[in-house]
Amino acid sequence: MEWIDDGFVLGARKHGESAVIVTLLTREHGRHAGLVRGGAGARARGVWQPGNLLRVTWRARLAEHLGNFTAELLRSHAAGLLDERLPLLALSSATALVEAALPEREPHPALFEGLAGLLAALPHPGWAAAYVRWELALLTELGFGLDLGSCAATGAAEGLTYVSPRSGRAVSAAAGEAWRDRLLPLPGFLTQGPSQETTANTIADGLRLTGYFLARHALGPDARALPPARARLADALAEVAG
Amino acid sequence: MPGTEIERLIQLLARLPGLGPRSARRAALHLIKRRESLLQPLAEALSAAAEAIRVCPVCGNLDVTAPCAICTDERRDPGLICVVEEVADLWALERTAAFAGRYHVLGGTLSALDGRGPEDLNIDTLAGRAADPAVTEIILATSATVEGQTTGHYVAERLAACGVTVTRLAHGVPVGGELDYLDDGTISAALKARRSI
Repeated sequence: MEWIDDGFVLGARKHGESAVIVTLLTREHGRHAGLVRGGAGARARGVWQPGNLLRVTWRARLAEHLGNFTAELLRSHAAGLLDERLPLLALSSATALVEAALPEREPHPALFEGLAGLLAALPHPGWAAAYVRWELALLTELGFGLDLGSCAATGAAEGLTYVSPRSGRAVSAAAGEAWRDRLLPLPGFLTQGPSQETTANTIADGLRLTGYFLARHALGPDARALPPARARLADALAEVAG
Repeated sequence: MPGTEIERLIQLLARLPGLGPRSARRAALHLIKRRESLLQPLAEALSAAAEAIRVCPVCGNLDVTAPCAICTDERRDPGLICVVEEVADLWALERTAAFAGRYHVLGGTLSALDGRGPEDLNIDTLAGRAADPAVTEIILATSATVEGQTTGHYVAERLAACGVTVTRLAHGVPVGGELDYLDDGTISAALKARRSI
């Protein structure tokens, strides 16, 4: 068995003295693991950093085997973000979420493209809104997409300010006023397009919204808690919001 | 078939880094052949090391005294603390003889994959040391990896309240490095960190 594909590194766990078991999000083969001999060595370690885009060759005798990866580095996203605290946290969070939420060996080309777009956006202003939108897209890709187009109670498409934690549907300000303590805030930038301005508070609201549904649905019944990297990102952005 | 003691020796040697069962057998035979000159001194050295070596309660270094010789060396600048991930990194810095301050060993990095959080690292004691008015600069010497730098940012954030200057090691072209052979990440990091000459 052998295939060649592009993939983003999600994580690398040391195996023995010099090998690592790497998990990638590949374009055509989904989340896929493989052994990299010598991957823990000083020369190779930089290649297998989370977020890096690689052209990988996977080889195994049988399809169900773990197999071996060899790779060529196409784009080192990690290196460009090492000095940037919050975007680096976002990179770690995104890769940890994909690793935790996605089933193995199930192709998700839309998610691959989405992660590519997010990683390209991380060095630029507006990355935090892109990150929240990416988590929404992750929920959709996993089958738990939120319906933010109209109010669940009145059908109105305007004035949407809440999301029902039960149904994942938007609720307008008027219809949700009586239950505002039980509803999740819906930041405007998620319904009013990319031109809508964001603040630290609306980003924190967005992360609270996606985090709720990711923990409840996408990570499965055994993993209700979000990955530590995601929790650190939310904490750091909530701190910025004050 | 080797006897029980020899087999146990081989099994223990095979657990050492760089040694597999085959090389452990060779090492065991080598030790047994040099019983007086190597095996017994090695056994005594191992026993003495197990007895004497301690983790420094101040910095996390390994030494036979607590606090360690670096922490008690009055010739070293008490205002400078270099934060490293492991004792091996401290030794690497000491080999250069380029740093005359003191150290702090974190004991690893934050790692989502390995489930290692801030509470598993030696960060609280660092915050205590940084609060000392004698400390003027904390140098973060964590690895230039996602986990290493995430840990560095976390430590810097924790130390922000102490009012101490926090710096980190530069990233860029290594000595003897040719641009043609460097990865694009290293080159872009070096470009970002360029300085006037």
